[in-house]
Amino acid sequence: MRTLDRMLFSDLLRMWRQGTAISLLLACGIATFVMSTSAMQSLDRSREFYYSEYRFADVFSSLTRAPNEIANRLRNIDGVAQVQNRIVRSVLLDLPDMIEPASCQIVSIDNEPSHGLNRIFLRQGRLPINAGRNEVIASESFANAHNLRPGDKLNVTMDGRKETIRIVGVGLSPEYVYAVQPGLLLTDNRRFGVLWMPRRQMEAAFNIEGAFNSVTIAMQPKASTAEVIYQMDRILKPYGGNGAFTRHDQESNRRLMDEMHQMRSMAYVTPFIFLSVASFLFNIVLTRLVHQQREQIASLRAFGYTRFEIALHYFKFLVILVVIGSLLGCVIGWRMSRWMTDMYTVFFRFPVLHREFATREALIAISIGFIAAIAGGFSALVRVVRMEPAVAMRPEPPQAFCGSILDRMGLAWSVSPLLRMILRRLEANRRATILSVLGVAMGLAILVLGSFMRDTIAFVLDSQFGRSQRQDVMLTFNEPLSSSAFHDSLHLPGVLCVEPFRTVPIRLKHGARQYRLGLMGLIENPSLYRVLDAQLQPIRLPERQGLTITKKLAELLEVRLGDELIVEVLENGRSPMSLPITAVFANYTDPAAYINRLDLHRLMGESERLSGVFLSVDALEMNNLYAAVKKTPSVAGVLDNNAARKNFQDMIQENTRLLRLFNSVFGALIAFGVIYNAALITLAESGRDLATLRVIGFSRSEVATILLGELAIITLLAIPVGIPIGYFFSYLATLAIDTETHRFPLVVAIDTFAYATSTILLSALFSAWMVRRMLNKLDLLSVLKVKVS
Amino acid sequence: MVAVKVESVFRVRGVTKVYQMGDVQVHALRGVDLELYPGEFMVILGASGSGKSTLLNILGGLDTPSSGSVAFRDHDLSGAGEDERTRYRREHVGFVFQFYNLIAGLTALENVSLVAEISPHPLEPTEALALVGLGERKDHYPSQLSGGEQQRVAIARAIGKRPDVLLCDEPTGALDIVTGIVVLDAIATANRQLGTLTVVITHNASIASMADRVVTMVDGRIAKIECNEHKKSAHDLVW
Repeated sequence: MRTLDRMLFSDLLRMWRQGTAISLLLACGIATFVMSTSAMQSLDRSREFYYSEYRFADVFSSLTRAPNEIANRLRNIDGVAQVQNRIVRSVLLDLPDMIEPASCQIVSIDNEPSHGLNRIFLRQGRLPINAGRNEVIASESFANAHNLRPGDKLNVTMDGRKETIRIVGVGLSPEYVYAVQPGLLLTDNRRFGVLWMPRRQMEAAFNIEGAFNSVTIAMQPKASTAEVIYQMDRILKPYGGNGAFTRHDQESNRRLMDEMHQMRSMAYVTPFIFLSVASFLFNIVLTRLVHQQREQIASLRAFGYTRFEIALHYFKFLVILVVIGSLLGCVIGWRMSRWMTDMYTVFFRFPVLHREFATREALIAISIGFIAAIAGGFSALVRVVRMEPAVAMRPEPPQAFCGSILDRMGLAWSVSPLLRMILRRLEANRRATILSVLGVAMGLAILVLGSFMRDTIAFVLDSQFGRSQRQDVMLTFNEPLSSSAFHDSLHLPGVLCVEPFRTVPIRLKHGARQYRLGLMGLIENPSLYRVLDAQLQPIRLPERQGLTITKKLAELLEVRLGDELIVEVLENGRSPMSLPITAVFANYTDPAAYINRLDLHRLMGESERLSGVFLSVDALEMNNLYAAVKKTPSVAGVLDNNAARKNFQDMIQENTRLLRLFNSVFGALIAFGVIYNAALITLAESGRDLATLRVIGFSRSEVATILLGELAIITLLAIPVGIPIGYFFSYLATLAIDTETHRFPLVVAIDTFAYATSTILLSALFSAWMVRRMLNKLDLLSVLKVKVS
Repeated sequence: MVAVKVESVFRVRGVTKVYQMGDVQVHALRGVDLELYPGEFMVILGASGSGKSTLLNILGGLDTPSSGSVAFRDHDLSGAGEDERTRYRREHVGFVFQFYNLIAGLTALENVSLVAEISPHPLEPTEALALVGLGERKDHYPSQLSGGEQQRVAIARAIGKRPDVLLCDEPTGALDIVTGIVVLDAIATANRQLGTLTVVITHNASIASMADRVVTMVDGRIAKIECNEHKKSAHDLVW
């Protein structure tokens, strides 16, 4: 066998170009698979570790105010393992590097934070000491965004008083892995942060001694969550309990899980498409490669090698290609997964990032590649090995042609003989042509798949910020204020228009289904904050009607237009009421429910109350507005829409840039691999024709026309095939990333198709250049001396 | 015999050809002098490795000599570059190969037209096919033709451009006797009717009796040149 092994080595050397192209294709498929699954597992593992080591709570509730003794009653609920009652308040920070105020949540920490729930991981500095005055730990992403370090001081308005607080540490908490300002889709690390402050100091600052307004609970294993929540709600109701909820509804966790869900889907969908394409191509190329070896196999059989030995020899050949492709794929994929995980840490903060290699998934990917290789090589190998040596050694008869479509249409005369040659060859090798066209089309489809997300996001951004939320600034109040707040807002500097809103935490129930959200009460025909349907048409909210809900919410609750929903207000202990659904509309934001503001007041049994206002502001007066807002104690949150939009765009750009690059490189590589392989095979199969043409007097460029013409036709045919496939892949991807909170529309811009097509054309040109170089080196005499075509 | 005073088509002087095969130098031609005349039918005989194919390749502009000179009329072929030799082949040379080398994707007629299209004064492709007796099979693809028919299409393709020289490399090498005779007859007809200088290389000595002149090559040199007083027709050949 040693001679055969030497032959294997020389075969590999001889066919290094094709071998490299095949291995690269497989490597691309495996790399994306390994990249996504490893990144996902790294995040998953980091999250699990973080949640368990830092005791992330199981149930959460906020309330108006309850004496600390009530916490003991919560401790006595069956199934509760640990209770942490605390104070959480929203404040505005005045930062020197920003005109607008930043919104922050201040969370109280106990004397022994190392024993509590939602423990803080200290990245820098130390924990605050109770005796110290206004010492805080700042959340890491916020601190980084403003370059804050232990020792720095901040100006904050707490309970109407301007205070200076001192950062003594920078840290993280499992409660704020994804810190996002309520009402925003994405995190904005510059404008939203978390501060942790010793409880005593907070009690003093907010005048809430001996009481709490937030509680988190760790459950005993196997305890009934529903029962615990029921008991909690019962106990906290008199104290303004807003309804307890589990991790599932906890903001940071929900976003994280959603993101993980999307990643998980994408981790399988895109790479699976990739791997299938790579395997498919691997299969095509190998089938043709083995076929080309027919004479060599016949010689070996003639020498007396058994079929088994020959099959084993080629099997080794395949194994080597698969191993090279797999190793390359794993190494590249692993490297890329690290980049991808790092990219995610912009959004998600973990104390320790566990870098995982998705061994199982990598093995699955390699197995798929391997099976594809065997399947591709096997059928061809069986055909050749079965052939009697004498038959295989004989020169192959000229390939049978029956004319192309032009011949059947009687139009063959209209094109040059060279073009006729190309067309007939393409049609005679129908299967190979179709497969090559499909291969290049797949490359194009992958490019579309890798890029369409930008179009979709641009569309969502435009509908969200450009058409729906047209306010410049949203102010949220510490607590619901009377209608005088509306007039006060009108008198703020630069304010051109004010729209009030009321938002109330509710639980919507329909049968066994329920969903917790903030019911938004708006004016009948808002002009700033508009509710838009899928056609981007504004929806009116007339008085004395019912609920207007998003399609996503309707699906979650399994309700239809006209159904009645039980509305359980979680704020002031009102009895549940039943309201009809008067409109269901499709949109691309979180599940949401809207109602006329006056109806909401009636539901709450309250006079006119505002949770906040939307403002349209004169751009030149922005600074004055913010200066005034900073002095207004009742304002708990400020949301600058333009800044939010810019932040969103920057983040998405940053987020998709790398992935788009990877996908482009892979898509181009796939197209290159297919075209280049098609060229090599055509050259091998029609090298004799080309050499003959050279001998009888055709110039190099005329001969190149034949080969390149064939590639050009394959590429051009692939474009109209690849575009719909790319659109379909994108559709699959939007289905895969459809989560509870996000639904993405399928939007693919012409630009994306143009980008994918031009990348494919460039890739084809590059292959053509490589082939042309090879043609120049074609030794015409030696080709003609060999009798087998 | 052709009169000596007629101006030669080729003038070959002191041509050598050395191939470097790894560390070994192979002397394919070791000083060849030869003149070829318009309209003559020349057969070059020789065993394998005698240098006959190398000489044919140099005459056909597929290769260049290591030393010496080859002139086609007043053109120097020995120093010609790639492009110049391509143009020379395109305008003046018709090739016939042992394995036909027809373009599988083109019909018999199209294979001939292919050449006609790049030549300045071609024959009508149908006429060329008729000349080799294949007028009826012009719309067949190579896969639908027998070996002898394919070789005759190859001859029609070679003469289709009305070449100044027809070079045939073992044209009957892959054929049986009966078919071989039909093919040789086609070559002889082309030579006779078009007056094309025809060079056939073969190791089959019987073919020599068809030629005006027979050049025998041994070990890279011309061993002898004989003239046939009485040329035989292809049908009279026996081998």
